Amino acid sequence: MVPLTVNHYLALSGVLFAIGTAGVFLRRNLITVLLSIEIMLNAVNLTFVAVGRYRGSVDGQIITFFVMTVAAAEAAIGLALIIALFRHRETLSPDAFTSLKW
Amino acid sequence: MLLLIPLFPLAGFVVNACLGRRLTKSISGGLACAAMIASFIVSVLLVLRVLGHDAAPLEFTAFEWMASGALHVPFELRLDHLSAVMILVVTGIGSLIHIYSTGYMHDESDSEYARYFSYLNLFASFMLVLVLGANFPVMFVGWEGVGLCSYLLIGFWFRKQSAADAGKKAFIVNRVGDFGFVLGMLLIFATFGTLDFQKVAAAADSRAIEHGAIGVITAATLLLFLGATGKSAQIPLYVWLPDAMEGPTPVSALIHAATMVTAGVYMIGRNAVLFSHAPITLAIVAAIGVATALMAGTIGLVQNDIKRVLAYSTVSQLGYMFLAMGVGAFAAGIFHLYTHAFFKALLFLGSGAVIHALAGEQDLRNMGGLKKFLPVTYWTFLIGALAIAGVPLLSGFFSKDEILFKTFTSANPYRLVLWGIGMVTSLLTATYMFRLVFLAFHGERRIAAHGSAHPEEEEPVAQTGHGHAAVAHHDSHGHGHAHAPHDAPPSMAIPLIVLAIGSVVAGYVGVPHALGGSNRIERFLEPSFEVTEARGRLEAGGTQGPETAGVVRPAAVQESHSSNAAESTHDNTSTELMLMALSSGVAVAGIGLAFYFWLRNRAAVEAITARFHGAYTVLLHKYYVDELYDAAIVQPIKLLSTGGLWKGADAGLIDGAVNGVGQTVRATSGVLRRAQTGSVRTYAASLFLGVVLILGWYLLKTFRT
Repeated sequence: MVPLTVNHYLALSGVLFAIGTAGVFLRRNLITVLLSIEIMLNAVNLTFVAVGRYRGSVDGQIITFFVMTVAAAEAAIGLALIIALFRHRETLSPDAFTSLKW
Repeated sequence: MLLLIPLFPLAGFVVNACLGRRLTKSISGGLACAAMIASFIVSVLLVLRVLGHDAAPLEFTAFEWMASGALHVPFELRLDHLSAVMILVVTGIGSLIHIYSTGYMHDESDSEYARYFSYLNLFASFMLVLVLGANFPVMFVGWEGVGLCSYLLIGFWFRKQSAADAGKKAFIVNRVGDFGFVLGMLLIFATFGTLDFQKVAAAADSRAIEHGAIGVITAATLLLFLGATGKSAQIPLYVWLPDAMEGPTPVSALIHAATMVTAGVYMIGRNAVLFSHAPITLAIVAAIGVATALMAGTIGLVQNDIKRVLAYSTVSQLGYMFLAMGVGAFAAGIFHLYTHAFFKALLFLGSGAVIHALAGEQDLRNMGGLKKFLPVTYWTFLIGALAIAGVPLLSGFFSKDEILFKTFTSANPYRLVLWGIGMVTSLLTATYMFRLVFLAFHGERRIAAHGSAHPEEEEPVAQTGHGHAAVAHHDSHGHGHAHAPHDAPPSMAIPLIVLAIGSVVAGYVGVPHALGGSNRIERFLEPSFEVTEARGRLEAGGTQGPETAGVVRPAAVQESHSSNAAESTHDNTSTELMLMALSSGVAVAGIGLAFYFWLRNRAAVEAITARFHGAYTVLLHKYYVDELYDAAIVQPIKLLSTGGLWKGADAGLIDGAVNGVGQTVRATSGVLRRAQTGSVRTYAASLFLGVVLILGWYLLKTFRT
């Protein structure tokens, strides 16, 4: 078995982040987009914790607290926005909101 | 005091212009006349002060006008013998014409009456500035000002299209001349460094006379002469004067007979020293003068409008004045200017009385038999006609004869040709003037229906907008026979009588040596045509006080003076007497011709007209000069302006550039707006892409170093 280095964690974070980004662009349901954003945030959390452990300080874990707080607040607002949007268009597809088109 | 002379009429202008609407006619007219008379009185007083042969000119500087580097031009007025003659003519005859106008213009409304007098006063003010100016720019102020007033007064009845057009034509043609004047003025400044008349004369005198070569002085004087042809209606810029007859008759008398048109002659006289140093210019002046005299004389012979005959007569007589200037007889030219002012003003005012009596009729073919109805007008008009024809003992005889004599004995190689043409023109003058007298006053009243008979020969006859009622009719349907024409009222008759007296006696200041006189006017004007030591130089010289201005005769004038003085004791007297007899004979012959054709045998006129139909038509249409100018100059300019500058440059280029900028912006934005897809996912994607690029660039930068 290969010993786990920080690189493995970073790689996992990268992959998670990529998955999240792909989800933001490619999913056709607003709630799923929001979910993908959460995935990206969690990937970032993982990166912070891994690097913090690697450097032997607790700083990484403290930053994670901030990130989680922000994620929670953002999720709340995002869901509120989605509900408002749904009430307007009766649909959850991001393609339905094209009022800014030329 | 000198400033009062132009200031009184200027004040009259201001009052009439601002308050005219609210003033009654007697007040506004009276005010204008009073201003002129006051100016005349001051002129007389001041002229008395400078009468002595060696008296210094009166000078007055109103303010420092231009002081910039080498250019120093004060607003200075100077009264010497030449300007003395001019101001007396302008204010004297001007006053008479103002008085006449109070009667002539009485049918106008109050505000129009006041407007007329305000313009007339303004004109007088500018004319006085012109003749009193001590340097070129001040003269030019007057020069332009009289051009402006001429425009205003010719187009006085501006609601009539022909009058408005005539005003514009006068101003524009004058402007062409003014262009030459300004260029001449600039050339003089560039050459001599000064614009004061006396200093320029002194500086020019120190140079050689430009025989047979076109030097700077010749060029400058030719340009100045171009200005003179515009203002004084000579070839090529005379075309405005006949059209100017659209204005009220007193205006024609004042501006286009006695004063404004003489400005060109005066200008040459004022710069006599300068012109004497440019023989080529003088030759050209004489040639153009005499050619114009002849041409205008021939045209005047066939015109049917009473004022147009007089207009061409004016052009012709001005030609004589330029002939005089051109052969170096500056005093003779000014003398003729002075006598001409009297009899031409008289003739115009007389024709005005006729028009006034006939309620606007101006066509000679509809006149006749007025002698018994308008006695005062007839007799004064006759005196004027005799004077202009050059009948002995009247003023015109002395002045015209002086010119012809000086031409005959001049140094010009073509003097015989010039003299000959002058004599022919004299014959024509007598003939057409008496044609006018006989057609208008003698015989029986004719009211012809000319509209139907010869439509192609109709020379448009002006109807003075005498009041606005007369505008409606064309000439033929006899509105004269409703009541007998009445003679001029006193306000019009008195100036006529005064001018008639003047036409007779005014010439006696210039009785030539041959007849036992001493030609006082020539001696009087002599100092003005020579170089006068400027005060500044006197002070530097030391001993002489300001009372005795030294008079230095310039080389050119000295030659002719000494030769004249020498010759006058020999055969010149007999030559002069012989020439006098000849020209008297010519005058009588002209009157005789007119007598035969237009009093005794009118049918002969018709016969000749029919036989020489082509020539007659050419003369009637004034040698088609107006049409030529129109085709050669006016139409091309119009085409160039409309097609070239308006449609091409303005609409095409400038509007195109401005609109083009707008179009470009529009097109670009049309392309750029497609970035706004409205799709949220695309926006998010582009955000992400941007972040990746920026971060990536920073990372790469960090990892390379």
